Amino acid sequence: MSFPTVVFYVLSAILIFAGLRVITAKNPVHAALYLVLAFFTSAGHWLLLESEFLAISLVLVYVGAVMVLFLFVVMMLDINFEKLREGFWKNAPLAGTVGLIMVGEMVLILMSPEASLGSYKGAAPLAADASNIRELGRLIYTTYLWPFELAAVVLLVGMVAAIALTMRKRKDTKFVNPGDQVVVRRDDRVRLVKMAAVKRSEPVAEAESADQQA
Amino acid sequence: MNWADLNLVPVMPEIFLISALSVILLLDLFISDAKRGITYGLSLLTLAGTAALQVYTFEPYAQYTLSNMFVADPLASLVKLAMYGATAMILVYSRQYAADRDMFKGEFFTLALFALFGMNVMVSASHFLSLYMGLELLSLSLYALIALQRDSVPATEAAMKYFVLGALASGLLLYGMSMVYGATGTLEIAAIAKSIHGGSANQLLLVFGLVFLVAGLAFKLGAVPFHMWIPDVYQGSPTAITLMIGAAPKLAAFVFIFRILVQGLDGLTGDWQSMLAIMAVLSMAIGNITAIAQTNLKRMLAYSTISHMGFLLLGLLAGNEQGYSSALFYAVTYVLTTLASFGVIMALSRAGFECDKLEDLKGLNSRNSWYAALMLLTMFSLAGIPPLVGFYAKFAVIKAIVDIGLVKLAVFAVAMSLIGAFYYLRVVKHMYFDEVQDTSPIVVRGDMQLVLSLNALALLVLGVLPERLIEICVEAMKQSLTVL
Amino acid sequence: MMEFLQGILGNEAGLTVWTLLKIVAIVAPMMGAVAYLTLAERKVIGYMQVRIGPNRVGYFGLLQPLADGIKLLLKEIILPTQSSKGLFLLAPVLSIGPALAAWAVVPFTDKLVLANTNASLLYIMAITSMGVYGVIIAGWAANSKYSFLGALRSAAQIVSYEIAMGFALVGVLMVSGSLNLVDIVNQQGHGVAGGSALSWNWLPLFPLFIVYLISGVAETNRAPFDVAEGESEIVAGFHVEYSGMAFAVFFLAEYANMILVAAMTSLMFLGGWLSPFPASWGVLGASGFIWMALKISLVLFCFLWFRATFPRYRYDQIMRLGWKVFIPVTLVWVFVVGVWMMSPLTLWN
Repeated sequence: MSFPTVVFYVLSAILIFAGLRVITAKNPVHAALYLVLAFFTSAGHWLLLESEFLAISLVLVYVGAVMVLFLFVVMMLDINFEKLREGFWKNAPLAGTVGLIMVGEMVLILMSPEASLGSYKGAAPLAADASNIRELGRLIYTTYLWPFELAAVVLLVGMVAAIALTMRKRKDTKFVNPGDQVVVRRDDRVRLVKMAAVKRSEPVAEAESADQQA
Repeated sequence: MNWADLNLVPVMPEIFLISALSVILLLDLFISDAKRGITYGLSLLTLAGTAALQVYTFEPYAQYTLSNMFVADPLASLVKLAMYGATAMILVYSRQYAADRDMFKGEFFTLALFALFGMNVMVSASHFLSLYMGLELLSLSLYALIALQRDSVPATEAAMKYFVLGALASGLLLYGMSMVYGATGTLEIAAIAKSIHGGSANQLLLVFGLVFLVAGLAFKLGAVPFHMWIPDVYQGSPTAITLMIGAAPKLAAFVFIFRILVQGLDGLTGDWQSMLAIMAVLSMAIGNITAIAQTNLKRMLAYSTISHMGFLLLGLLAGNEQGYSSALFYAVTYVLTTLASFGVIMALSRAGFECDKLEDLKGLNSRNSWYAALMLLTMFSLAGIPPLVGFYAKFAVIKAIVDIGLVKLAVFAVAMSLIGAFYYLRVVKHMYFDEVQDTSPIVVRGDMQLVLSLNALALLVLGVLPERLIEICVEAMKQSLTVL
Repeated sequence: MMEFLQGILGNEAGLTVWTLLKIVAIVAPMMGAVAYLTLAERKVIGYMQVRIGPNRVGYFGLLQPLADGIKLLLKEIILPTQSSKGLFLLAPVLSIGPALAAWAVVPFTDKLVLANTNASLLYIMAITSMGVYGVIIAGWAANSKYSFLGALRSAAQIVSYEIAMGFALVGVLMVSGSLNLVDIVNQQGHGVAGGSALSWNWLPLFPLFIVYLISGVAETNRAPFDVAEGESEIVAGFHVEYSGMAFAVFFLAEYANMILVAAMTSLMFLGGWLSPFPASWGVLGASGFIWMALKISLVLFCFLWFRATFPRYRYDQIMRLGWKVFIPVTLVWVFVVGVWMMSPLTLWN
């Protein structure tokens, strides 16, 4: 076995283990962290395929940004995972059977001599100084211009949707704007009221009239 | 490809649409809630402009551009024009409805236009990548539109279900596409067809991918056994959004299926024909029979949609020009009928009241005989009663499958449509023969009244004189098939 | 040397050992630099505040970092009982790992670089973006409210500033047409101003330079953006529960990251190992590692200077600055640079 093959199997083993732990981990934060591990190992697979740009973008985008935000949310939500899993073991046998049958069928088809996956040769190795970033860039802005622009529109829709769904003024929050707090002046908070000296006999009426004067 | 031979003329409608959309998106920020009508007007203007460009750039043959990822053929132009019309009608119908429900916001219009843009992309795609991007654009906009009414529990639930199942369907589609790519080495639809005909593709992998593709497509179309989301989503979404899901996207989905199965995987017709046949039978049976048990009008129409998708698949599985054009005719008229039926539901709804129960229609005739008549027309058309257009649509697809010798299937379809007639006629019975329960006045904006009436009357007119539309459908199909 | 090792150990093992030796040759001086950076910080801030700073251990306080290190090594690492133990111990590792791994592609001169890859800039961005996991996991695993608040603040802040930082780098990429750090520096060497300080990227890309520098401060959670630690509000933020060497590792990571950001700033905007004087000036005009070291020191001095000068930002101000000021500024300047490059006035050919 050559060195890349060994690396491939090691990475795959880690990937499958991480994937399994994502769905079996008790704690959602642990599950999310295993997902991070899964992404990281898949990036390793990309590297083995000599597509360093995809590998690095996977880490940069998914590990570095998406999963951070995801963890952020998962950590803040106080999810009772036990409760969510209540029906899990009841349905697990059925789901497992269906899943296994599907995996079995797919293996049968893909492994059959007719599929002849062996006849697919791997891509020719790249020259040592080949830059697939340059190649990707060239293709994205020429041949794949249309899907590239469409992807931009998809992102725009995502942005519009996210803002439309979350940005709204809630009346019941007790949010204070620290900026307003800092610029507050004495006159906004304190009112000096001039009052005539009062006798003890009619305190209520006197105070009211003084208030009106002020 | 370089800039000099980049032909952007066939893409003009899309470019105009997305530019106008961006302008609306920005302008809307400076418009106060009270003047939201401006956004509404601009959206309608955009639609009109796009439609005008569509007609202006029309050529009676297929034009490929953007590295063969975009095709403008008569089929695409016809379907796109129908989608512009449908979207415009939805906007008109839902104006008051949305305003009553705190949904009359800029995003309502921009997302609707984004969805339209996505459908345009799907309809004009000649490459798996652009097909998929268009589909995602459409789905993403629809997810957001459903959830727009954030405080409504049924709407959020519907959005969640639609989102999860939609994502699953996209996954299936992508997996199928990757298999087809593996087998043929290309993502371009015409090249895939060529590779299959040339015999250089790995058959086993192709069929393996085809299974996933058909499953994904059936999910999007809502055919049994992938129909579970339709009733919940139709019922849970605000009616205006239900209409956005139920009208134009069906046309787009039809073209989507046509491009993948007919134009791309033409060499596997035998394989997908039997899959479609099973789905068509199940859809017609389950759709029609389950609809009988429904008390909710929107849910009933959802099951009716499932059965209609079964009929649509009948036309497709005929596998010849006659079948495809009858399916196209079916899709166009089905959208027109759906628009009218949900339009009436929206007209009868008001602030704080959804007219979505069957008993809400009781005695409609004595409250307002005009709306009762419009509803009657749509129900008759859905049931397929002559001389309404629904009859000709059903007739055309059944004729197509009889012509290829599937008589049993045709008999089954007729039987199912007879069962279906029961629940459509029950609505009519409620309207005309039951005691009125709700006597509040029906107030509808003038423009909506006009468009809705025209819409429902069109069902009758097209039913009496269907030849012109059938001719257009046949002509469009002929052009798209000669490309192969 | 490599041939010698390969001669004894065989081809592949020899290469591995040789590479490991090179890694040690980078990491060991790095650790020394980190140690003395802490001393420099205390001294510089001390003088700015008219104090002397540490001066007891060794002449001029020069042995102070060693004393600190020994003290931290000898302290007990306390594991909070309710914490998530494995993650609690993993967090410091995840924090220092990326800070060191990023150095794999940093060139010190045009020849002296461990791995001269085509995507070195992307690699650094990807690796440094993982550093935040150390902070988040530390904050969460400790099961303490203060550390959790610190972790959340830090995560939001780092993700926000990463965008502005990325856009600032886009400008650099555009003008140099490469993601390779050696190419980026070499490109700054020729230009209208004849390779002197005026031809470096900082001048035409001035807004991006400033945004990058400030975002770099924010990315490393340094004052005035140190709300993740915010002593006066949340005690010590994400590492409040850490003690002994576990704490020291976080400390090392923070300073290693500072040096990294300083190195990146000098490579991308300040001409790396190039001399600030025109090449015709003989010894002064020759490029070399010394210039790189001087530039890194200059940027690091700015970091310390900021800390001594500015009061801490309020959290909402940090977010506003990142999203509403830096991102638009960088976007506009990237656009300007694009137009500039296409116009006849372009400086970059």
